[in-house]
Amino acid sequence: METPRINDLSICVATENGSGSASANNILFKAIFKMGIPCSSKNMFPSNIQGLPTWYQIRASAEGYFGRKDVIDAMVMFNDTTAAKDIYRIRDGGLILYDDSTPLPPNLKREGVQYLGVPANKIVQKLVPASPLRGKQRNMVYVGALAYLFGIDMETIRAVLEDTFGKKPVVIESNLLCIDAGYRHMEENGVTQNIARLQAIPNGNKGKIITEGNTAGALGAIYGGATLVSWYPITPSSSLAENLEHYLPRLRKSNGKATYAIIQAEDEIAAAGMVVGAGWAGARSMTCTSGPGLSLMNETIGLAHFAEIPSVFFIIQRGGPSTGLPTRTQQADIQLMYYCSHGDTRHIILIPHDMKSCFDFARRSFDVAERFQTPVFVMMDLDLGMNLWSSEPFRLEKEPFDRGKLVTAEMLEQWEKEGKKFRRYFDADGDGIPYRTIPGNPHRHAAYFTRGSGHDADALYSEDENDYKETLDRLRRKFETARSYVPKPIIEMNEGVKTGVICFGSSYEPTREARDRLRAVGLKTNHLLLRALPLTEEVKEFLEAHKTIYLVEQNRDAQMAAVVKEEWPELGAKIISVLIYDGLPVTAGEIVKQIFNGAQATTAEVVRQARLRG
Amino acid sequence: MGRRRLQQKSSGKPDYEDKGVAEKKVNRINLTEKDYEGTPSTLCRGCGHDAITASVIRAFFDSSVDPRKVVKLSGIGCSSKTPAYFLGQAFGFNAVHGRMSALATGANGVNRTLIPIGVSGDGDTAAIGLGNFCHMMRRNVNITYIVENNGVYGLTKGQFSATADKGSRMKGGKLNDMPAIDLAELAITFGATYVARSFSGDRKQLAPLIQGALAHKGSAILDVLSPCVTFNNHEGSTKSLKYIRENLDPIQDLDFIPYYENIEVDYKEGTDQEVTLHDGSRIVLHKLRSDYDPSNKMQALAAIHAAVAEGKFLTGLIYYDPSRPDFAEQMNLCETPLAELGQDLLQPPAELLDEINAELMK
Ligand SMILES: Cc1ncc(C[n+]2csc(CCOP(=O)(O)OP(=O)(O)O)c2C)c(N)n1
Ligand code: SF4
Ligand SMILES: [Mg+2]
Repeated sequence: METPRINDLSICVATENGSGSASANNILFKAIFKMGIPCSSKNMFPSNIQGLPTWYQIRASAEGYFGRKDVIDAMVMFNDTTAAKDIYRIRDGGLILYDDSTPLPPNLKREGVQYLGVPANKIVQKLVPASPLRGKQRNMVYVGALAYLFGIDMETIRAVLEDTFGKKPVVIESNLLCIDAGYRHMEENGVTQNIARLQAIPNGNKGKIITEGNTAGALGAIYGGATLVSWYPITPSSSLAENLEHYLPRLRKSNGKATYAIIQAEDEIAAAGMVVGAGWAGARSMTCTSGPGLSLMNETIGLAHFAEIPSVFFIIQRGGPSTGLPTRTQQADIQLMYYCSHGDTRHIILIPHDMKSCFDFARRSFDVAERFQTPVFVMMDLDLGMNLWSSEPFRLEKEPFDRGKLVTAEMLEQWEKEGKKFRRYFDADGDGIPYRTIPGNPHRHAAYFTRGSGHDADALYSEDENDYKETLDRLRRKFETARSYVPKPIIEMNEGVKTGVICFGSSYEPTREARDRLRAVGLKTNHLLLRALPLTEEVKEFLEAHKTIYLVEQNRDAQMAAVVKEEWPELGAKIISVLIYDGLPVTAGEIVKQIFNGAQATTAEVVRQARLRG
Repeated sequence: MGRRRLQQKSSGKPDYEDKGVAEKKVNRINLTEKDYEGTPSTLCRGCGHDAITASVIRAFFDSSVDPRKVVKLSGIGCSSKTPAYFLGQAFGFNAVHGRMSALATGANGVNRTLIPIGVSGDGDTAAIGLGNFCHMMRRNVNITYIVENNGVYGLTKGQFSATADKGSRMKGGKLNDMPAIDLAELAITFGATYVARSFSGDRKQLAPLIQGALAHKGSAILDVLSPCVTFNNHEGSTKSLKYIRENLDPIQDLDFIPYYENIEVDYKEGTDQEVTLHDGSRIVLHKLRSDYDPSNKMQALAAIHAAVAEGKFLTGLIYYDPSRPDFAEQMNLCETPLAELGQDLLQPPAELLDEINAELMK
């Protein structure tokens, strides 16, 4: 018999999508959150609307780890089509909750796990009148059963229902009926388990919010002054645009009129075109998409790079290609962003790793775009964008927008008095960044003609080889200037430690956990959280300071490592890549395993322990 | 009733450099026609596109448009180079092949006080950019959109374009056996609200049509036949200068009267029709076909079809619908152009963020 662990549990709910389980899972997750227990959830869903398998994994972690847990303690086996596999997803000694309205088929029996039944079908047949709703309410039964088994009280459940369906008492009551029936069934039959208990932590999550990166990004963009949004639906980026559609009317009205334009474009080529047109005309403009959309935007982004037009591109990465795994997470478009488009191009990429940085970087992306007069990427992924994360609330840093070297008519007037001329593509300050006017500027010297790279410093048409080379060299200088402007990495150094770990984006959370586990078995590491490209000086120093560096990324080809190696080939040679690319949110165990493999320092048993801990 | 050019000196003289050519004709804002020119053309001598540029210059001059309020947009092609050759004092953007529609939609969305003029080619519009073009019209984005239609890709040296007529031959003899996309028909179908066709060599018709397009709020599409003298001007081509000239089929002669001119017109009963444009300007149509009514969509489409069947080019103001609001209007935008809003209006107060935080705590 195990002794139940307190507030350390992972539950996986296996259902079909479109069966109404999303609502049930949400209630379960929010109930645990409401109890004050640190928790996270990962939705592993198919690219389909109804009838395909979906898994929702909830983790409660007293230690506050939010990455996907390696092991599953309890499985809600509510999908017959995947059940035969699902029973092997859980750990030895784990628990399977199934619908025992009908007997368990022999092929679904497995040794070493505990089966608990709840007659969900029978319960809803009794409680819910025959209607399409009945099937959905079946999922509420497992919520009740789990609540009883792990110690979520019905008061908490009711409170969550009220938060969720506040204005619909009928919905609250009908859900509650089924949840309560599941709860009481377990109670009356004296069903117990010894895996884990959930115990409320008073004020544990006080002041915390639950949100997704796509909400955070949308809000950040709005607070950053996003003015024109053009987008084309694609998972997992659509919900960012939909959040903008949701919040913009509420946040950005002046006398009942919109201070923004949001346009659902006919394709990503048009979306990029509109964004660049608006950026050229002087507004903060953005789009959001994922890999396939970014492919279509390539040409326009290249033009914006050479014509030096501020524009922001949120890329929520997923498994490629177009008919790939659109609902799975990846960091495999790093190079597609970094080198986006033809010609010698390099782009600025901001890389948030949690909800707060999704908000902050989204807000700041417009400053960066205007400062450098260039397309800027905000690199996210499905795990960050679409999964629920608990977080400190968003906070608005009160700072003025950085409009960069934007020249007004008054400034031109002044310049003229000083005998200074406006030259659109002239590097007056030596930082590679020229001065910019926008259409509508009435000064007689404001206007210029925009074209790709075939121009001289005065924006006049030129195919002169020296002009062209100067344009390319200046753009490179500009990129170098960006190194000291983009967000710096966050670094953790420990005395005498010679092993470094670098990660970025959604790998941060599992990497943090992995490092704790490694420390617990004696392998101390330093850490660098990469938050932007171009690579900054601090990254170089970190590489120099360590003997071995593990670089964690979610793709097969070590794309970020390649960027580092391109920059500093010799230092790059120290990198051992930790590559995770199965499309699922990263687990700490996988990182631990690969780091140990790299270190080849210990026995398989230690690896196993470190993987399974926590 | 030819073109009128007012010579009055208006007040509100813009602060352009002194031209020192007092005897030159100036328009209402004190500019000469020369002030509407751009850098010298680099196109082939005799190219139809240059003639269109001259009409564009004439139209802007005649309408006394302040160049500093104009934005010029284009895609890629010989035609798309032309915005550099007119209105040197206006902002211009020579963008990506076929994507002018999208860029214009973005630019117009954030500053609808600017007057957008776009120049594109038949390759740019009818092939690579066709989808975006259709959607721009579907939205009724405010723009004067000129397609300089020569039936070939000029800049890439003479391949057929999607507006090459069935039965037309390439310079090397190759026969085009695909039906042509008729841009006027397409424009009407997809929701453009001002649709005209003209010929580069007919400034008398083209310039007022451009003036009308500038006065119209919405997608104004001008399909302008414009011979490519280098790659598509031979015997056997249906877009040669000679062939076009011989097969023009104008539906009206027209005059443009700007909103600021208070001119009474003597109408000929039955054959003259006045069309009032959004800014109060008027186009007077002297009908060459007494029964043609440009507000009748089905008639317009039927007339285009009939002309195509006869191998003719229907020209004039083919279709006009003043009733549809333009895209910027549909979006319920605030008065100030979005591009000119400051942080005070662009950044919501922090209290609203706190409100949202509180909602996300549940
Ligand atoms: C994406 C892309 N594909 C191909 C080209 C090459 N290209 C340049 S102009 C042009 C055709 C232009 O034809 P049209 O629009 O009819 O203009 P014209 O030169 O005839 O005036 C092509 C195919 C390009 N610039 N970009
Ligand atoms: S190639 Fe044809 S379209 Fe291009 S400039 Fe010469 S004549 Fe004009
Ligand atoms: Mg052409």
